[in-house]
Amino acid sequence: MLSNTVKEKIISIVSPANFDDSKTGRLVYSYDATPNFQSMPDAVVSPRNKQEVSQVVKLCNEFQIPIVPRGSGTNLCAGTCPTEGGIVLLFKHMNKILEVDEENLTATVQPGVVTLDLIHAVEPKGLFYPPDPSSMKISTIGGNINENSGGLRGLKYGVTRDYVIGLEAVLPNGDIITTGGKLAKDVAGYDFTRLLVGSEGTLAVITEATLKLIPMPETKQTMLALYQDLEAAAKSVSKIIASKIIPATLEFLDQPTLKVVEDFAKIGLPTDVKAVLLIEQDGPREVVERDMARIAEVCKEEKAVSVQLAQTEAEAEALRTARRSALSALARLAPTTILEDATVPRSEIARMVNAINGIAEKYDLNICTFGHAGDGNLHPTCATDSRNHDEMERVEKAFAEIFEKAIEFGGTITGEHGVGVMKAPYLELKLGEAGIAAMKAVKMALDPNNIMNPGKVFAKDSRKRVVV
Amino acid sequence: MTTIQEQQRIQTEFQEKMNQDELLNCMRCGFCLPTCPTYIESGYQESHSPRGRIALMKAVVDGVIEPDEDFERSLDLCLGCRACEPVCPSGVNYGHLLEDARDIVNQNKRFSMPVKVVRNAVFKGLFPHQERMRGLTGLIGFYQRSGLQKVARGTGVMKLFPESLATMEKVLPKVPTMKEMKNRPEHLEPIGAKTHKVAFFSGCLMDTMFMDTNNATMKLLQLAGCEIVIPKEQACCGALHGHSGEKEDAKALARRNIKAFEDTGVDYIITNAGGCGAFLVDYDHLLKDDSEWKERAQGFADKIKDISQILVEVGFHEKVPLELPHQIITYQDSCHLRNVMKTASAPRTLLQSIKGIQYQEMENADRCCGSAGIYNIVESEMSMQLLDSKMVQAKATHATTIVTANPGCLLQMKLGIEREGLSGKMRGVHIVDLLLEAAQTK
Ligand SMILES: Cc1cc2nc3c(=O)[nH]c(=O)nc-3n(C[C@H](O)[C@H](O)[C@H](O)COP(=O)(O)OP(=O)(O)OC[C@H]3O[C@@H](n4cnc5c(N)ncnc54)[C@H](O)[C@@H]3O)c2cc1C
Ligand code: SF4
Ligand code: SF4
Repeated sequence: MLSNTVKEKIISIVSPANFDDSKTGRLVYSYDATPNFQSMPDAVVSPRNKQEVSQVVKLCNEFQIPIVPRGSGTNLCAGTCPTEGGIVLLFKHMNKILEVDEENLTATVQPGVVTLDLIHAVEPKGLFYPPDPSSMKISTIGGNINENSGGLRGLKYGVTRDYVIGLEAVLPNGDIITTGGKLAKDVAGYDFTRLLVGSEGTLAVITEATLKLIPMPETKQTMLALYQDLEAAAKSVSKIIASKIIPATLEFLDQPTLKVVEDFAKIGLPTDVKAVLLIEQDGPREVVERDMARIAEVCKEEKAVSVQLAQTEAEAEALRTARRSALSALARLAPTTILEDATVPRSEIARMVNAINGIAEKYDLNICTFGHAGDGNLHPTCATDSRNHDEMERVEKAFAEIFEKAIEFGGTITGEHGVGVMKAPYLELKLGEAGIAAMKAVKMALDPNNIMNPGKVFAKDSRKRVVV
Repeated sequence: MTTIQEQQRIQTEFQEKMNQDELLNCMRCGFCLPTCPTYIESGYQESHSPRGRIALMKAVVDGVIEPDEDFERSLDLCLGCRACEPVCPSGVNYGHLLEDARDIVNQNKRFSMPVKVVRNAVFKGLFPHQERMRGLTGLIGFYQRSGLQKVARGTGVMKLFPESLATMEKVLPKVPTMKEMKNRPEHLEPIGAKTHKVAFFSGCLMDTMFMDTNNATMKLLQLAGCEIVIPKEQACCGALHGHSGEKEDAKALARRNIKAFEDTGVDYIITNAGGCGAFLVDYDHLLKDDSEWKERAQGFADKIKDISQILVEVGFHEKVPLELPHQIITYQDSCHLRNVMKTASAPRTLLQSIKGIQYQEMENADRCCGSAGIYNIVESEMSMQLLDSKMVQAKATHATTIVTANPGCLLQMKLGIEREGLSGKMRGVHIVDLLLEAAQTK
């Protein structure tokens, strides 16, 4: 609970309309897209500009009140679940695209801008913002930056980090800093921009971002390759890249995923095959045609039963949209859907997919797998029921094993969804003790009172994942 | 005010009656957020989003919050437009959740006296009785024809009513006389070769206030080669009751309708109001717990078809020459026709096949216009906000004709035109009226 003094002070900063501590108001910000996490904040605060953010942060620092910055709450690591109470800081007012600079190829935006709105704003100008998380219709740039989100185009174009070149942020003491800028080259001091990208709201509040844009690729083609054998599909992935082609998109879906996606999208996806690769290439026409022909060859060599090229942009868009809906569509299978984010070097995709299937069988669980195969980022997804405690324990064990396997294969515990609360117990698996200590030192230096999204990233004790 | 006791009763019933699997089915991905008009118009407030409302219902079930005023506010402000359903990859049936929640809240609340009187009059006294609907419409007709309308407008009495209602008075169609309303035929032969035998669901409001539109519908069906039966025993569809938390009344009306159409031996039951049609196709769900009626309801629901769908199916637009004087036309979807009956392309196909017109798709044509049953009267402020946004998009098409497929939407469009001071320059029209106009213009 906030004391009356604090409440009044916040209200005097943001005005009464932008402070909500009603039960309903707090409840609807007590969760995000992560299953089984819920915790009430003490209030929801919606600042209108960076000065207000700064004043609110300063106040919270003084009274040691936790701050949970929140975009659209679509993250999958409980990153915006107010596990320790405090205030949820909402950016619904700070959602303007401030500038699209066609000379320097940059866009400057406020954190609440929805990813797709930015994409729509720059594309008519022939400019391209590649990061496209499947949630892009809803997710915000602030959220993307703090989770370092990736998307279907990540293989060729990289992730959000590769497009953030400057930031304005409010530090936990209320100071406003700017990092980087429109410059293509800048080596003045530590790279704070990179430090803040992917910091999951634990180091600072982002109030503005300068993003890099690139010229729009001239053409694009989309292809679907069908397989009766999971491994053959996985092998195709490694072989396409080994033949020195980097497709714009290289996505993998297994049969159970295909079935539910088709059930939702009804676009005539094949559901009688074991796996599908969704492949895209973009660039100059000749290059795209040459690459796609070569990719088709590789797929056929690797026993693809069919390779089909989308005939129209509408058809291609339908395929991409269907792929993006995979996660939520899987939620049709069972009451609770637990999605994970294990990532391995792409040469290990086939082994990892096999390992996941083995583990699912061992624990008698229904685990579907889809993901950004091209960058080794897999989403093993378990359809289960959180009310079944026995099964939930097996889910727990299975995912622990999946992460260990991923690490064993030279991978990581999360490729794009972030650590949050979900993955915190596993962070040490990836970083080791010294790695954790170094990161904690940075956190302590910037946020000695631990007010910024406390309880996230660093676990109280490692290894045990709390699902229920 | 909802008292503590009322809240407790509501909470208990939520735990007993709400479909918990359906609530759990929502995985909170937020895919529905950008489609929700109230979320957008409220300035992105999660409590006015589908994800938020589902979370609130679940929280009441789980006992995390009480069903307080704010909770009710969140439910009340929902348009029930169901735009959130087709986009939900998890397939959450939000409409059913909302109906159940509203039913529980309303059945356990003691309404204030005036509200109770109005609700009773509307839900029990008026809509289920076609003769009374005629009576009311007759009264409006008397008001319009007697000169009273002029007096009322002159004296400014209308200023006493909420803005939407006051304007509504101006846009009501010229209603038919009592005699015209009573002479509904029960059987009509096709014009030309017979393609189907269909029944016509004439509706309560449609068959009184919008009688011309019903007559036009029948004419089109005849031209499309349909033999038509119009069972006399049919009643109001019950949508208004179902959506306002009067579920038992809705069920009674459903049973009456199922019986009325059961032995007609028709291929389809045709509707021309998106709102009614969507409620009729859902009768199987409404009566799912009624073992005696479940299957009969299914049989009924399977036959429901919107007029535009059957016209496209029999190739009406290819057979009958359609032509109008040059004009730009745009189409506003009826939410329930689109989101529940999944009919979006048929009306557009029909309109685009009219010679002489230029069809201009309106941005966000699939977004609710704010009419939503009696929403524009009880939630006037939000409704007018939605309507204003709608009119911005409508004007951007430069259309002089806005076409809709539901009486509520039609009135709302007329209201919008009136509010923008565009009457005379722009008109709102039901799709069947326009089609008949086009079929007769040679
Ligand atoms: C169906 C579905 C599909 C998804 N697909 C993908 C995908 O393909 N790739 C991918 O990478 N992710 C994906 N995600 C995860 C999620 O959408 C992304 O992590 C996204 O970037 C979150 O954006 P958001 O605006 O919802 O942020 P939120 O969830 O609100 O916040 C995310 C984090 O950012 C912090 N934060 C937000 N704004 C600020 C700010 N201004 N300052 C400081 N901290 C801030 C929050 O505290 C939190 O830690 C998916 C999620 C769903 C539900
Ligand atoms: S789209 Fe469906 S699953 Fe996702 S939040 Fe909305 S209702 Fe829930
Ligand atoms: S029915 Fe319409 S208003 Fe209600 S939650 Fe769904 S989209 Fe929003």
